[in-house]
This record gives sequence, C-alpha cells and structure tokens, in this order.
Amino acid sequence: MMDTLGIFFRSIFVDNMVFAYFLGMCSFLAVSKNVKTSFGLGIAVTFVLIITVPVNYLLDKYILSEGALSWLSPAFADVSLDFLSFILFIAIIAAIVQILEMVIEKYSPVLYNSLGIFLPLIAVNCAILGASLFMQEKHYDTVFQSLAYGFGSGIGWLVAIVGMAAIREKIRYSKIPKRLQGTGIAFIITGLMGIAFMAFLGISF
Amino acid sequence: MNLITAPLRKANPITVLILGICSSLAVTAKLKPAIVMALSVTVVTALSNLVISLIRKGIPSKIRIIVQLIVVATLVILVDQFLKAFMYDVSKQLSVFVGLIITNCIVMGRLEAFAMSHAPWESFLDGIGNGLGYGLILVIVAFFRDLFGSGTLLGYQVIPQGLYDFGYVNNGLMILPPMALIIIGIIIWLQKPEEEK
Repeated sequence: MMDTLGIFFRSIFVDNMVFAYFLGMCSFLAVSKNVKTSFGLGIAVTFVLIITVPVNYLLDKYILSEGALSWLSPAFADVSLDFLSFILFIAIIAAIVQILEMVIEKYSPVLYNSLGIFLPLIAVNCAILGASLFMQEKHYDTVFQSLAYGFGSGIGWLVAIVGMAAIREKIRYSKIPKRLQGTGIAFIITGLMGIAFMAFLGISF
Repeated sequence: MNLITAPLRKANPITVLILGICSSLAVTAKLKPAIVMALSVTVVTALSNLVISLIRKGIPSKIRIIVQLIVVATLVILVDQFLKAFMYDVSKQLSVFVGLIITNCIVMGRLEAFAMSHAPWESFLDGIGNGLGYGLILVIVAFFRDLFGSGTLLGYQVIPQGLYDFGYVNNGLMILPPMALIIIGIIIWLQKPEEEK
C-alpha cells in the first residue's frame, strides 16, 4: 500500500512528465494560453492515462514480456514478444481514445463539449505513450501500482499545464524583449519551472 | 533542393513551428545520443513520408491517422532493433525515447501536411530536410550542454586539465533537464530577427 502511494506522489512531483522528461510538450506549449482550456486538456490527459496505463500493463505482463505467454502453455516459456510493444501500445491507445470519444459523446454531451475537442489530440500526445513505455521499463508488481503511476502522471501533467497557463495569462502585462515574445519566453518559463520542481528531488518516498 | 534547406532555418520544425520538442530534449545531455537520435528521426521521417506518399491514394481519409501510426510504429521498431543490435550502450541511454519517435509531432505533422498531398520523391526529400532541421537543433543544444556540463565532447575531454587545476568547475546546472529548454529559448531569441527580414 505504501509503495503504491509512493509511486503516486513520486510520479506527480519527482518524475513529473513535463519537467523531468519533456513529454507532451507540443500540446503543453500550444494549449497553455488560458487556464480554463488547459484545465480541460489536463483532465482529459489524466482520464486517458488512468485507463491506458493499466491496460497496457496487463498486455505487457500477460502477452508481451519474456515468458509471459507461459500461462497458455509451458512451451511458450522462452518466447518474448517485446519488439511488438511499440506498435501494440500505440494501437491500444488510439483504440481506447476512439472508444472513449464515442462513449462520452453518447452518454454525456456536457462532458463531450468540454473534453471532446481534446480527445483526438491526445492519441498522438507523447505523454500518453511515454507513460506506458516508462511503466514497461519500471516493471511494477501489481496492476494497482501501474494505475497509481498513470493517475499520478496525469495529475502531474495537469498541475504543470495549469501553472504554466496561469503564468502566461499574467505575463501578457509585462515587458518582454520583442524577439523573445511568444514561444521564446514560454520555453524559458518552462525551464525555470522545471528547476523549481527539481527541489522535490530531495524527497524520498 | 529547397525542400531540404528550408526546414534547416526558415521553417525549422523546432524553433519556428514548435513541433517535436516532446520526446527528445531529454537526450541532449550528451552529444553522442543526440546525434544518434537525430539520425533515427531523419530516417523515420524520410521513410514514413515515402511510404505514406506511395499509398496515399489508397488510404480512406477516416482512418488515415491509424494507418499513419502503424507505418511509423513499424519503422520505429526497425530503428529500435537496429540500435539494440549495433549500438547497445547508446540504445540503453536513449531508453524509451526511441519509442517516443512514434508520437513525435514532426513525423505526424509532415505526414499530414506534406506526404498526403505530394509525390513520393518530394516527400522523401521533405522528410530528410525536416529530420535534419530537427537534428540541427538537438546537436546545437547537446553541444553546449555537453561542453559546459561535463567538459567533454563525444566522450573526449575538451576543456584542458590545466583549467581544472586552476579552479574551473563544470557547470552542473547544464546537465539538468530544464537547461535544454532555456537553451532552446535563447536559440529562438537569436533566430527571430533573421526570419523577419
């Protein structure tokens, strides 16, 4: 239990998707212009991560990794389908995003109006695939740990993009050198926020 | 020819179009992985542009994203297996970032914006140009981080030992991931007036 909680907090602060690994930067820079839309995108990312990471975990554990197929027959004990993981992970993610979009559209038009526009963007967001690949590399023991990792990463991404959007809303009123306006300053702010987040490195869970 | 040179400066995918920053800045702490990464992305962009452009008339537009993803993922698997076989140590350093080429916005962006509507040869050149434009920035960032962060380039010590004896210390801040973003911000700053002309 403590482990799971540790993974959750670690993935929010220490291994933050944006500041430690630069994942999901494209949409991070493009969408973080106001707080409201950033919040919507952050929630959508968290939502998709909560579902895709555990599903890919099960896929990895029972089908892809070395010896995983031995539950079918002992003859498969040394078969490893590791090389297929990229293509299967991305297929699963694209499929889940598509299904989610349809389900949300059918049952909750309100939610669809706020999240819907972001969902197609998310299928090709590096943070989603990145979380699955990191999960595969970290060899978690139970599906709950992978769930905690997915949830934590999503929240970490949400915190990062909302913070960034808040800063960018304020910075419109300050004097920035002309050439640096727009993307230039956005990069530098992200870098400085990243340095601030490094402070969490000292905490051990 | 313009297809190759334009993305290097005027239409650089990273500094001007802000595409493909996602997966790869974490690999720029050292020069060697950055070069390998740049070459891998160039190969994947060029070949996927070529393949998609060849079959572009047969792809139903509704499922084109999935088709593109499958083509790209297949190419990335090939690159990954190649790296694992011939450059194992670099492949370990790059870890998940090779896989993340799949969702690199440059690859998808060029497929959508160029390969779907152009002939195969042009698309191939466009892929090479964009891959190189992206690689150029990666290598510049990695050069400075490697030089000031560890005092080495490609594993050779560049800063003379005498300076260290004199009290020179490597700048540990350059190794940390956020510095990559700040360096790119500065590159954009320096590049801006040139494109306005």
